[in-house]
Amino acid sequence: MKRKQTIPGTTLFDADQARKGYALNKMCFSFNSAENRAEFLRDEEAYCRKFGLNEAQREAIRSRNVLALLAAGGNIYYLAKFAGIFGLDVQDIGAQQTGMTKEAFKAKLVAAGDRGGTHG
Amino acid sequence: MAEIVGAVTTSHVPAIGRAIARNLQNDPYWKPFFDGYPPVREWLRKIRPDVAVVVYNDHGLNFFLDKMPTFAVGAAPQYANADEGWGIPTLPPFPGDEDLSWHLVESLIEAEFDIVTCQEMLVDHAFTIPMALLWPGDHAADPWPVRAVPVCVNTVLFPLPSAARCHRLGQAIGRAIASWDSDARVLLLGTGGLSHQLDGTRAGFINREFDCLFMEKLVTEPEWVTRYSIPELVELTGTQGVELLNWLVARAALPGTVRKVHSNYHIPISNTAAAVMALEAVS
Repeated sequence: MKRKQTIPGTTLFDADQARKGYALNKMCFSFNSAENRAEFLRDEEAYCRKFGLNEAQREAIRSRNVLALLAAGGNIYYLAKFAGIFGLDVQDIGAQQTGMTKEAFKAKLVAAGDRGGTHG
Repeated sequence: MAEIVGAVTTSHVPAIGRAIARNLQNDPYWKPFFDGYPPVREWLRKIRPDVAVVVYNDHGLNFFLDKMPTFAVGAAPQYANADEGWGIPTLPPFPGDEDLSWHLVESLIEAEFDIVTCQEMLVDHAFTIPMALLWPGDHAADPWPVRAVPVCVNTVLFPLPSAARCHRLGQAIGRAIASWDSDARVLLLGTGGLSHQLDGTRAGFINREFDCLFMEKLVTEPEWVTRYSIPELVELTGTQGVELLNWLVARAALPGTVRKVHSNYHIPISNTAAAVMALEAVS
């Protein structure tokens, strides 16, 4: 097997992740539909069972833990649809993954813009 | 024969759609971003494109992991937007250009790009937001002023196509448009980026230095970025910064030399270094 290149704090969504996360991602993809989002909210456990999530995936869904969802094979584009059910945006997700408050996370992004000159 | 008039490359962050819906263009957070677009629109009024070939990546609206094409071309009479799950308002359908679609499909396969052809295709925010930025207004009342052909690049499931492959795809698209028997004026639109990362403990990663160099090189030497592998580009620009591949395809389609009409670069919009650039084909 080819040695994987590692990038700190980063998981490439590759074959290993895609194989591990298919059921979880398929469930999250279904949340494009308002009807499916409502069905999930009515009975989360039943909805997870319907898509055949494994225990690690179910626990990550229960705890709304983004890093655990990624570790269980989730892809961020589909997970964003799961987060959307609770009105969470990508900055809420970023804050949770980096252990910061949303305000601190947003301030970090603004600070990235304050460094160096402008391009125009 | 059809004429390629230029290319616009722009970020496609979903929050922009929400800001447009709420008329936040002059809000202090948003103004430095939206101020990048009026000069581009003014130029578009001058060059009058009839059709836009929109190079973008789908985020799980039209394509799922059950069938994930590396490159897909739309060949539909129109393209609808739909609910993506997190509530930005959907936009009215976009008229297609089936003649150009099928000409692209035939030319690209002839050129050994075995693209997937889609006679039905939903388009997500990566397609709709750039269109709304370039042609604002109520398009339920007032139809979109250009026809569109979507070209979707996989930036979701690794392995992604290499930058070199995307550069060659852009060149092939350029040659295909130039050989299209039509008097249409064609704009390339490349969407996404620039540096940003949504997932992992490196979420919030932004790389101004690389972005600025990439924008500079894209004007004069687009093949410059092909020296980097996909993992290297992820390391330099973030897991979603790799959407710069769409910019590369659009730029590589321009024949001959180009002139930079305008560019703007602003950090941050949401988690993203947001940028726009307009390039005119001068020869």
